[in-house]
Amino acid sequence: MVESKTLLSRTFSVVNYTLLVLIGLVTILPFIDVVASSFTTTAEIARKGFVLFPSEWSFAAYDYIFSTSTFLRSIANSVGITVVGTLFSMFITCLMSYGLTRRDLDGKRTIMFLVVFTLLFHGFLIPTFLVVKEVGLIDSYWSLILPVTVNAMNMIILRTFFMALPEGLEESAKIDGCSDFGILFKIVLPLSLPALATVSLFYAVYYWNSYIPAILYLNDSDKWPIQVILRQIVIVADGLSVDNTAVDEVPPPAQSVKMAAIFIATLPILLVYPFLQKYFTKGALIGSLKG
Amino acid sequence: MNLAIAESLPELKQQRKKETRKRILRNKWMYLMILPGLLYFIVFKYIPMYGLIIAFQEYKPYLGVLKSDWVGFAQFHRLFNDPWFWTITKNTLVLFVLNITIYFPIPIILALMLNEVRVQIFKRTIQSIVYLPYFMSWVIVVSISFVLLSVDNGIVNNLLAEAGYEKINFFLDPRWFRPMYILQNIWREAGWGTIIYLAAMAGVDPQLYEAAHMDGAGRFKQMWHITLPSIRNVIVIMLLLRMGNVLEVGFEHVYLLLNAMNRHVGEIYDTYMYTVGLLQQQFSYTTAVGFFRSAVGLILVVVANWLAKLFKEEGIF
Repeated sequence: MVESKTLLSRTFSVVNYTLLVLIGLVTILPFIDVVASSFTTTAEIARKGFVLFPSEWSFAAYDYIFSTSTFLRSIANSVGITVVGTLFSMFITCLMSYGLTRRDLDGKRTIMFLVVFTLLFHGFLIPTFLVVKEVGLIDSYWSLILPVTVNAMNMIILRTFFMALPEGLEESAKIDGCSDFGILFKIVLPLSLPALATVSLFYAVYYWNSYIPAILYLNDSDKWPIQVILRQIVIVADGLSVDNTAVDEVPPPAQSVKMAAIFIATLPILLVYPFLQKYFTKGALIGSLKG
Repeated sequence: MNLAIAESLPELKQQRKKETRKRILRNKWMYLMILPGLLYFIVFKYIPMYGLIIAFQEYKPYLGVLKSDWVGFAQFHRLFNDPWFWTITKNTLVLFVLNITIYFPIPIILALMLNEVRVQIFKRTIQSIVYLPYFMSWVIVVSISFVLLSVDNGIVNNLLAEAGYEKINFFLDPRWFRPMYILQNIWREAGWGTIIYLAAMAGVDPQLYEAAHMDGAGRFKQMWHITLPSIRNVIVIMLLLRMGNVLEVGFEHVYLLLNAMNRHVGEIYDTYMYTVGLLQQQFSYTTAVGFFRSAVGLILVVVANWLAKLFKEEGIF
């Protein structure tokens, strides 16, 4: 009886671990193939089909990409939008989150309700577009930043973190003559580095990945971020898209060039991921529970 | 006695007003901090809500919201007579049903599997891997599928050809639109979706497992009779939230998959609003589409919440 139970339990474990390994492989292998393929020749891709490690190394795809001004420009655009956007969003979000921590603040509940309400009702594409247009943001880099300045979820995450700091700190700083802004910048923010890191990274990933706002608000192709260019190179180039307007009559780029473009667009994510990972579960939980 | 209270009432009121004013003044810097964020929400979230009234107008950009002609429900009338409208309604609902039936249970199953792993380093490695795709943009996810599924040199078609089958043009064949959509959804989101369930499972009282073990329950039975019932609340809430976002099946994702060949199965409310609304400048008509979509979404949340209460579960409101 006991024997069979452990046997059953062991079988369960073996099956479970095997399945999880398979799931892990299915998740990661496509990506490894993309990276490996980008460093090899089109001939090898054609011969092998699936490349996990290039046997003929070739940097032709990267040479091609880094010699194209459109691509370099789009990377510069994305970097700029990501850096400026993240800093700007963090500044406004921190101010608002901290502002809403004071317990005796009249109207606090109303403002929180206004914020949370936007989580339930949003996505009014046309009216939002008209506002962005009215404000004069069309074809401006700021059209990718201002309409998404504060993410309600990120605001809630930061506020939750600020509220958890001991109240005594603020009190004593106040007695020492510190202003509200002073408390925020000299005491609260330095103590909240993990939360600041998490939310900054959420914003940075968002800005780097942002695609729809660019196609909505930017007609000027010189301002396009990398996500739009990536779509042009990989999907539109084959004539498989709803709007082929932006493509000139050029042959679609080689498979390895597409792979290299995907890899470059993912690289910043891969670089921040290890740092991000330390914090994001907690952030994600606060976000989902409060939401 | 009563008289005394009545007499002091106005005084009390005034006193309270004074206190409120003092409190507001003391917190003036805090209000200043909130101001930029609040302005953002008003300008980019609430003014667009007000802008919804153009659904009842024949909006002309040069006249603006205030001066455009009112047409009542004419836009809605047009919408209900538009065959495309019913196509996009059907497409949106089909994708939603696929999400609920195929995607929704997967993070729960994956979390149950991860929860049974005792080797911490193994667990953490798998988690790191399955969370990763969530941080890639939809453009990247669709691009990766595109190169893997491409007709010439895509791995999948190479394998099909080797096995003697005909190659499939996954992106152009409308029959593959929905399977591709749901598989990409699972690949990108399922791992991330486990986070909340894993957290809920971590909170289950270990004594329950011990007791079950004593009673002779194996690992599978423990999972079925203890872990699952313990996280039932979380599952219901997640399901309700999904229902709430019922008509949101991923604008960006669907838009990237869309082309002239699969439009009749792939076009959804959001992509339709983009193509017809923005590219063809039919602002009022598409706002009416958006209006309809929100109304249906709202009704579905209320119904889902009511159903949850009916089954004695905690609702979201």
